[in-house]
Amino acid sequence: MLQDAENILEVTDLEIAFGGTPVLHRIGFSMRRGERVAIVGQSGSGKSTAIGAILRLLPGSGRITHGSIVLGGGTTRGEVEDLATASEPVMRAIRGERIGLVPQDPMSNLNPAMRIGAQVADALVANRTTEGKPDRAQIRSQAVALLAEAGIPDAERRYGQYPHEFSGGMRQRVLIAIALAGKPELLIADEPTSALDVTVQRQILNHLQSLVDARGTSLLFVTHDLGLAADRTDRIIVMSEGRIVEVGTPREILLDPQHEYTRQLVAAAPSVAAALGAGTLADPTPENPARAGSILVVESLVKEFALRGQRGSSIRAVDDVSFEVEPGTTTAVVGESGSGKTTVARIILGLETASSGRALIDGESLTTTRGARRRALRRKVQPVFQDPYGSLDPTYSIERLIDEPLRIFGVGSRSSRQDRVAELLDQVALPRTVAQRRPNELSGGQRQRVAIARALALEPELLICDEAVSALDVLVQDQILTLLADLQERLGLTYLFITHDLSVVRQIAHCVVVMRSGVVVENGTVDEVFNHPTADYTRELLGAIPGAAFAA
Amino acid sequence: MAVETLTPVEGGAGLGSGRGRILSSLRHNPLGIAGGIMLLVVVLAALLAPILAPYPPTEVHFDTPFQRPLTEGFPLGTDDLGRDVLSRLLFGIQTSLQVGVLSVLLAVVIGTPLGLLAGYSRGFDAVISRLTDVTLAFPFLIIAVGLAAISGPSLNNAAIALGIAQIPTMIRVVRGETLRIKESDFVLGARTMDASPAWIMLRHVLPNATSAIIVQATVIMPVAVIGEALLSFLGLGIQPPTPSLGIMLSDAQQYIFRAPSAAIFPGLAIAAICLAFNLFGDALRDAFDPTDTTRK
Repeated sequence: MLQDAENILEVTDLEIAFGGTPVLHRIGFSMRRGERVAIVGQSGSGKSTAIGAILRLLPGSGRITHGSIVLGGGTTRGEVEDLATASEPVMRAIRGERIGLVPQDPMSNLNPAMRIGAQVADALVANRTTEGKPDRAQIRSQAVALLAEAGIPDAERRYGQYPHEFSGGMRQRVLIAIALAGKPELLIADEPTSALDVTVQRQILNHLQSLVDARGTSLLFVTHDLGLAADRTDRIIVMSEGRIVEVGTPREILLDPQHEYTRQLVAAAPSVAAALGAGTLADPTPENPARAGSILVVESLVKEFALRGQRGSSIRAVDDVSFEVEPGTTTAVVGESGSGKTTVARIILGLETASSGRALIDGESLTTTRGARRRALRRKVQPVFQDPYGSLDPTYSIERLIDEPLRIFGVGSRSSRQDRVAELLDQVALPRTVAQRRPNELSGGQRQRVAIARALALEPELLICDEAVSALDVLVQDQILTLLADLQERLGLTYLFITHDLSVVRQIAHCVVVMRSGVVVENGTVDEVFNHPTADYTRELLGAIPGAAFAA
Repeated sequence: MAVETLTPVEGGAGLGSGRGRILSSLRHNPLGIAGGIMLLVVVLAALLAPILAPYPPTEVHFDTPFQRPLTEGFPLGTDDLGRDVLSRLLFGIQTSLQVGVLSVLLAVVIGTPLGLLAGYSRGFDAVISRLTDVTLAFPFLIIAVGLAAISGPSLNNAAIALGIAQIPTMIRVVRGETLRIKESDFVLGARTMDASPAWIMLRHVLPNATSAIIVQATVIMPVAVIGEALLSFLGLGIQPPTPSLGIMLSDAQQYIFRAPSAAIFPGLAIAAICLAFNLFGDALRDAFDPTDTTRK
């Protein structure tokens, strides 16, 4: 049954169908004991379905229609099992005890009404091999030890806390502790850090790696980030549309990709591209002789939020931030969550008022102007938000979405607005046939194109892109960035690009403002900041970009 | 699992055209069709009552009380005064539907704008929500009974009383939806386009709150139908001998063991009306919900 006794997992000819449509097409791969393997692919490539099949937790109508998934027998426990045909009781014994799972979203995978320690203890009790009544004190001490091992400081005290008292990174550590509770031989990590900041991501992955190494656990790492996979694993499996297109070591995949799709992926992966020194999309000499001076001036901006229930006390989300943006250029504001970058964007857009300081667009501020002047100013600055699923009203057709700003400003007649919508759809490279569709009928990338088309409808000069590409797959992200660069060149747009992703910055921006805890820690051109960072924090951020190991 | 693909638009719909997706969605929902047909039957029965009913609803036949169903001349039997149950049922459905629709309309028409205002503006919220809290502190029926007692017994007054009693819950539902929707990115986006509060409320919040309003309306409907029965039972609603489903039910209680059919049929009719509205309302909500592509 098992080809090689050294293999922990052998997947052969695996076919999975949802209803009648196959989504995985006879894929096969194997993992050796103690090996770290990454499955890389975009959303919809079937990587999560493959994991679902291995754990036999396929959602909805999904089922295995062909092939086998053989789990190698443990040296101390368990037998060789074909997971494709194993019965549910057998699977229940295998899950947690022989195969552990670190799920993707630390926010929704912990029960918010249950203490952290109790959730870990639950996993311990569920995976107990010995019969009889569990010894509560013993379980508790084991759970505390696991939490400490997963890197939770002061585990004894935090045992009794609830998930909302933990940060995202800490919650992910708890999930790792739960996954390791059954001492599994194989650990599956499904995008374990995609919701976390880069520096936190690095800490968590370093820790996970040391845990896995120390225990000799095999790791199946699922991610969309090629750079991350290259950094963390021995072998990479590239999946696309339910098929394995390429398998190889990180070096082979990154430096000598064979398959067309892998080549695209390597070229598009911003972290890898940045590390490999690939060209940037930004026009190297952005000069707009028609205008002089800055289009956007941010002067000593301060925003304080009052703390609830504590009279008089407040936190400074934005602390004395100043920078300028030249017309026709792209300035990136970089920082991790909580750095105040989004608050700055909102103040510029006039959605929040500053506690002190000013954000001037062409010398005027949205928060102080009123009436017609404010309307005129609004036309100059438009936003593109992060989440293309939330920023488009789901009840609107694409045409109505794009012409809404025109209708609000009373621009043109019905037919001239239709012409304008058609023109805008062309500009963002969407077929005109999407006009009568609803946002939910489009993919994430298409929606973001619609959002860009709408932002362009009023012919603004400044676009504020708040994490405009971070919710997208790398290939799509690359396309949107190319589109933005192209539009900048044709229309002379200015971008303020709010992002947490330094590798994207390198691709698109001319200038960078690095923010931390509401303060600007570094401000300069992309070359200065990337090649000669002056602040420690910038260096830390740069070091955390995955894939940097292949810069040589 | 919906697989995201771009199928070509049928009918060559291009810019500036297109609609009818709500109808086509309704057509593909078997439960919705069932609800729609039931609703149609109920409404037709109510509208055509004068034609369909074999006797006037108040005509008494003292020589033939307590007839069983399927008796010659009385398909659903007769009650204690020998009145034809079928005739009374048809006219009863008419009055019950009238009360139900009127009170739902009242609750929606008054509750929705107040809910929108309360959800959107803090100033209005303080006033509207406190008032709702106060009215919600009274049980719904107490308010309805009180209002009906003040305004005097009649069909319209009963409908108004029931409708007013449902306004606070309607406000609550719409306010909650508004609070949720106004925080969404697309409302922020509209604000950056200089959209006025009225524009945002009417063109973004209201369409997105439609499904919740429909659900609430389908919940209110049966409550109103039953509420009417209760008001009539207390003598505060429709006055006998005018038939309504509620009056028929309460009358039949007195002789439930002698002629159970006189209670069963109006009971069934109330159940059918509620079911029809619920099924159809569910389908309508799905049809209005643009994010729902998985259920076909």
